[in-house]
Amino acid sequence: MDHSSSLEKILRSVAITLVLVFFLFPIAWIFLMSLQTNETILSIPPSLAFTPIIDNYTALITGQLRTAAGSLQLNFMQNMFNSVLLSVCSVALSLVLGVPAAYAFARFKFRLGEDIAFTLLSFRFAPALLVLLPLSLYFKTLGLTNTYIGLIWVYQLICLPLILWIVRGYFEDISPDIEHAYRIAGNSWWRTFTRISIPLAKPGIAAAGLLAFIFAWNNFVFALILASADKQPVTVGALAFVTASGIQYGQIAAAIIISITPTLALALYAQRYLVEGLSMGAVKG
Amino acid sequence: MSQLAIKSLTKSYGAFKVFDGLNLQADAGEIVVIFGGSGTGKTILLRLIAGVEEPTGGAIEIGGHDVSDIAPEHRGVGMAFQNFALFPHMNASENIATPLRAAGADESKVKAGVAKVAKLLKIDHVLNHAPRELSNGQKQRTALARALAAEPQILLLDDPLRNVDAKLRFEMRLELPRLLRQSGATVLYVTQDYKEAMALADRIAVLANGTFVQTASPEDIYMRPATLGVARLFGDPAINTADTMIETEGGAHVVLGGTRVPVAESYRGFAGREVILGVRPEAVELGSAGVEAEVIAVTPLNERTVLLLQNPNGWEFLASLPSSAASIPEAGTKVRASFAAAGTHIFDRQTGERLHG
Repeated sequence: MDHSSSLEKILRSVAITLVLVFFLFPIAWIFLMSLQTNETILSIPPSLAFTPIIDNYTALITGQLRTAAGSLQLNFMQNMFNSVLLSVCSVALSLVLGVPAAYAFARFKFRLGEDIAFTLLSFRFAPALLVLLPLSLYFKTLGLTNTYIGLIWVYQLICLPLILWIVRGYFEDISPDIEHAYRIAGNSWWRTFTRISIPLAKPGIAAAGLLAFIFAWNNFVFALILASADKQPVTVGALAFVTASGIQYGQIAAAIIISITPTLALALYAQRYLVEGLSMGAVKG
Repeated sequence: MSQLAIKSLTKSYGAFKVFDGLNLQADAGEIVVIFGGSGTGKTILLRLIAGVEEPTGGAIEIGGHDVSDIAPEHRGVGMAFQNFALFPHMNASENIATPLRAAGADESKVKAGVAKVAKLLKIDHVLNHAPRELSNGQKQRTALARALAAEPQILLLDDPLRNVDAKLRFEMRLELPRLLRQSGATVLYVTQDYKEAMALADRIAVLANGTFVQTASPEDIYMRPATLGVARLFGDPAINTADTMIETEGGAHVVLGGTRVPVAESYRGFAGREVILGVRPEAVELGSAGVEAEVIAVTPLNERTVLLLQNPNGWEFLASLPSSAASIPEAGTKVRASFAAAGTHIFDRQTGERLHG
């Protein structure tokens, strides 16, 4: 049944359009910029009439940045690779560590449990730079500076608390009786965890994983301080576009478009798991 | 040898004692109803037996073996939860198949097992449905089917009819005893509906204040309640009570509202004892002799009619008469009430325990 009048429908579509324009405008603008030369971008007044070029993209992919002052080496694709590697591994490690931990915090009451959980959360509100100073000294001693392992380890500061706290809530929402029922039916604790608890918390795990991925992907300061050029992600690599002969807006725009693609793809893919309601109707309604 | 034995079982949460020494034996194939009000720990008892919670003290024996160190999956019990606890990501058939699969049955046996129990519980037409697509009644049957599927020696049913509608509850109350007998399992059935308890049980164990105050056949529980508390739990409308004293001058009697009500001579030994007289509303007989009373209200309830009566001294009590009785007095009528011995019980006022005359 549809109770809304046609006026309501029109107003609703107008509102949706406004919201979409508001949020998508910067991305659309950047996309247009990525197809222009620095000159057309900087021309005043800006014009929508331009001949699209793909030079910015080819420059990024081949690694040859041509500027007014000459040709520059770029390792954008290496940065891309680093970003993917760092984010994927960090989130994977965080899931492996965080999901069982979240389950433990959700199901079992143990000494200092709440304190430990809160301490882990507090990593999120400690200023990163404050942590980094002592950390960089430790990393030097341990030989972890400029290694993927070292970075993935530090990225746990970003990913682990997120996953822990989001997934914990989802585990808490699962009726313990469902788990009890599965165990009484003859299944071990581990089987119950993998066959019941994890599948039922899947929307939460997907959401937390996606968020953690985005935060890891967008991180700048950890890699800036703890890694040098060959291990740095795109966020730090973007600094290379600030050249002696000016800022390469076209390439930056193209780099942005390329670098949001993996996150966007992941978000679209994870969307189906974000759908809730799986656990509805399991217990009395 | 009893199939299930609970010995001096205790359970505390911090300083709060839920059970203080529970004892219960159940034979193979016996249906024992655990009856008690809300918060008496009926569900906790089932969880302890299933092994998903650990007792503070005492022992639980299944088939003669102490199961303290046995994990829930190896205890050989089936359990149906009050909130059904179906696995939401599996359809009804997979839900029911769970215990069979866990036992390592091959695919054909699983199929046959599910089909058998589904047919028994009349849910074979909804086996492909996800739990959220089932009605409450179907959910309840699915949960029951899952508990029955692997033919456990011990079946724990936690108020399975609590969340189903009245019609289905009535049907199931008739069907369940046959179903449960067929399964051959020792059944512990939790409920707080006394009619359900009476309809299903071989024996009823009444749980109150952390112990079983009485464990007996339904008939005994009703006709010979061990305490005033038990008497109050069984029966609708609830038993009438009056504070009085046993007197022996000119035959054992109590005085109710200024009228002598004779009691069995065997109560002579309790002369002078302060007691509570309990009279089942069904045991109240209206006639030309007995306690004076005025009819205050008349409530017809299908096959019985409940009368609220008041004695000139202020004592109010209920009488439940068959609606087919020759004459049901109207409100305002003055009547005299006498009490049939079978429905009249005498309890000690201090302890609440039944005095055996």
